[in-house]
Amino acid sequence: MLTGVLILFPLLASLLLFFIKGDGAKRIAFVFSLVEFGISLLAYVWFRNNPNMDMLSLNCTWVESLGIKFAVGLDGIGLLLVLLTTFLVPLIVLSSFKTTYDKPNTFYALILMMQSALVGVFVANDGFLFYVFWELALIPIYFICLLWGGENRARITFKFFLYTLFGSLFMLIGLIFLYNHTGLDTGIKSFAINDLYTAGRSLNLNQQSFVFWTIFIAFAIKMPIFPLHTWQPDTYVTAPTQGTMLLSGIMLKMGTFGLIKWLLPIAPLALAKWGGVAMGFAVVGIIYASCIAIVQKDYKRLIAYSSIAHVGLIAAGILSANQQGVQGAVIQMLSHGINVVGLFLIADILIRHTGTRDIDKLGGIRSMNGQFGVLFLIILLGSVALPLTNGFVGEFLLINGVFQYSAWLAAFAGLTVILGAVYMLRSYQAIMLGEKKANEVTFGSLADTDKAVLMIICVAVIAFGVYPKPLNDLAEPAVKALLMNLK
Amino acid sequence: MKGLFIISGLGILAMLAEIFKFKRLLYPIVLLGILVAYAANFMEFNNNMSIEHFNNMIRFDNVALAFSGVILITAFFWFILANDYFNNETSLADHFALVLFAITGGLMLTAFSNMTTLFLGIEILSIPLYVLAASKKNDMKSNEAGFKYLIMGSLASAFLLFGIALIYGATGTFDIMLMRSKISAGNLPMFFYAGVIMMLVAMCFKVSAAPFHFWAPDVYEGSSTVITALMSTIVKTAAFAAFMRLFLIGFGGINETWSLALSIIIALSLIISNITAAAQSSVKRMLAYSSISHAAFMLMAILAVNAHFSVQAILYYTLAYSIGSIASFTVLYQVSKNGDTSFEAFNGLAKRNPMIALGMLIAMLSLAGIPVTAGFFAKYFIFTTLMASSFKWLLILAVLTSCVGVYYYFKVIIAMYFKKPHTEEPLQIDASHAMLLGITSVITIVIGLLPDLILKML
Repeated sequence: MLTGVLILFPLLASLLLFFIKGDGAKRIAFVFSLVEFGISLLAYVWFRNNPNMDMLSLNCTWVESLGIKFAVGLDGIGLLLVLLTTFLVPLIVLSSFKTTYDKPNTFYALILMMQSALVGVFVANDGFLFYVFWELALIPIYFICLLWGGENRARITFKFFLYTLFGSLFMLIGLIFLYNHTGLDTGIKSFAINDLYTAGRSLNLNQQSFVFWTIFIAFAIKMPIFPLHTWQPDTYVTAPTQGTMLLSGIMLKMGTFGLIKWLLPIAPLALAKWGGVAMGFAVVGIIYASCIAIVQKDYKRLIAYSSIAHVGLIAAGILSANQQGVQGAVIQMLSHGINVVGLFLIADILIRHTGTRDIDKLGGIRSMNGQFGVLFLIILLGSVALPLTNGFVGEFLLINGVFQYSAWLAAFAGLTVILGAVYMLRSYQAIMLGEKKANEVTFGSLADTDKAVLMIICVAVIAFGVYPKPLNDLAEPAVKALLMNLK
Repeated sequence: MKGLFIISGLGILAMLAEIFKFKRLLYPIVLLGILVAYAANFMEFNNNMSIEHFNNMIRFDNVALAFSGVILITAFFWFILANDYFNNETSLADHFALVLFAITGGLMLTAFSNMTTLFLGIEILSIPLYVLAASKKNDMKSNEAGFKYLIMGSLASAFLLFGIALIYGATGTFDIMLMRSKISAGNLPMFFYAGVIMMLVAMCFKVSAAPFHFWAPDVYEGSSTVITALMSTIVKTAAFAAFMRLFLIGFGGINETWSLALSIIIALSLIISNITAAAQSSVKRMLAYSSISHAAFMLMAILAVNAHFSVQAILYYTLAYSIGSIASFTVLYQVSKNGDTSFEAFNGLAKRNPMIALGMLIAMLSLAGIPVTAGFFAKYFIFTTLMASSFKWLLILAVLTSCVGVYYYFKVIIAMYFKKPHTEEPLQIDASHAMLLGITSVITIVIGLLPDLILKML
């Protein structure tokens, strides 16, 4: 029941917002997103008391003649990502308060519609439903980027759309293939996740390989994994800040989440054969993206590339298919989501205050606004995974997981820690420290909303770094149960 | 069966209107008549009392009735779309009669059970269309379209007749059920198979599948927009109903003789149509080429030869495609009133009239096959049906070309929502068209969300 509400509430809210004229839309959207966060906290409390509670799940018939069900429910991993979504969306809405968008009602309505689809992806327990939500999430973000994006947006957002759609269609083929292999004993075909797991494991290696690659390509594009990443930097840079936050903070987790829930347990034989190859791509991507990030001048683009590097490590951890790797991936997904939203907000603040994101033209901002300097530093340290920040817990587990799979891969994947520190600290040094540049305008105090968002993120960075137990408590049993399927 | 009588009766009535001078009343009478025909058609559904007529020349079983329903509902929408067309035409009664006779032919095609009725249906459908395509008397392009259509159509009919003759020679019957039992008895002469392939070619002409598609873009472009809408919806549905009936029921038992040829035709159609459509600068031509691609998708369901799912898949696809096409042609008709059918004509439509743009957006998403629109489910069924057959390689091609399809449909969306309009002046459209767009949008979403509504019919 409650998961159904979690999907439906933002959808209804977004439909309502389309009809609200004027500037009030942003406040209303913020209130709606806070209510949604409240509902998800309720789900968390209920889940902690009794994970198998009936009130949490929903299972009703959708297309009876094809065995498609509207089945949604929560497991530890899904719940963590739902919490991430509902936590970030209010922050994303709040971060937009100082920017005036044309047609604000449509803008916020699309954000909430997106939230609905994202939650749907994380809770779906039916393959077809999962696919529908997966595609639905694409429509609002496409329009957010197309209507409010920057230069060349029509071409760039279209490339993004086509790229992801291309992958999704392959996933659809893979899912249909599995669907046609369900119910061999009963004669009733179904998309229910457990039936797909059973069907997947009954296939031989060649068939599993087909399923593995068709589904993997969709997730690899969404994350993105090298060499399918070419849509990502342009799209992140062109999209409006809130669009970039949605894309990098939440949407790319659709890919990593899909890998955990919809690929690992379905094709264990293929994973054993091809997992190494896929990890190879992920690790190459880590190094490649880090190297490009080091030489970037545009700060937003730098974060975009750093995101490829981070997500590459997450994917490698998942594909290693052991407890540390997958659990680390789940935790790192949350940390990365929170940190990257903070970093993109910082990029947005920079351009609003100084008119440029070019790190060569910036300098000495810390001396003008010390508070901003501290907040920036904390978020930055979180994303370079310093101990006692949230990034450390996940990254440590991830590298540990990859190491158990192959020491060589871990050695290369581990470079992300060093390279990450290089580009992050270098950018901080260039922007915040050093001399004030001549063409620099004065950097005044931060707007209240920006300050609030940055502070909340900083608290999260430190809190989950010092005390990651609640995250581990949710992730650990879920990952254990999942890996049991692989045996 | 009653639907067929009512529509042909309406056609004769329309011809009389000129003589007895009630031309003004004709439009409401026709609209009402179609609704009555639809209701009569609906009443016959699931009523197995008398489905065979005229010595089993026509058989209105549930499949036939379902496809007739799609044709009639599309015809109703089409007449709303075409209200301007009938206001302007001087020879109004003739046009009504021609369209109604074409629909009569279409209804016959959904229900034939004898190859003479198949041929009659195709001719009754085609001959009015030759005239309608050429109906802009002073326009060179329209004349060219009519002429081309006539030549190509006649050639296809010749193929069809030749095929029928060969098959008759081999089996001694025109009846498709008898023919089916002859086929399963086996031991047929070689020229029987030649006949089957000739009929395949003829039907591919009629549904404009590559490489027999050359007439389609020119005819679509030359005819006036409303006639193009007629050709790409009602005519397509009827032709597919006939194709399906002939090849699934008639030749279903010997699919190995024609399935390889059909798979090549589908592959060619997918590649040629999508790549050419992507290069078009006129939306009308783009829609013409994309209709070839949709034809290829529906042919995939026939290729799968699955008695139950293929029929469901084609029924759903024709409905989704017809509704999407009617909506997009309505908008095209409105924005191209000055004769400009290029993508630029759509520039800034979202600012000039947001509601029309929304209707077009839903139609384009549906034709491109994005969830939760009807077009997505339509594609999904085709994929599932084909996945169970031995032609899985076509799926990969279908996915690749679908992405190309998204490219040209999104060109319209980008033009509407992103490009600057030529004039800030809002685009006014009449209430009936606005209502039509509303209805098509609702149907597209509703049957996309609840496909069981259609699937459970069969």
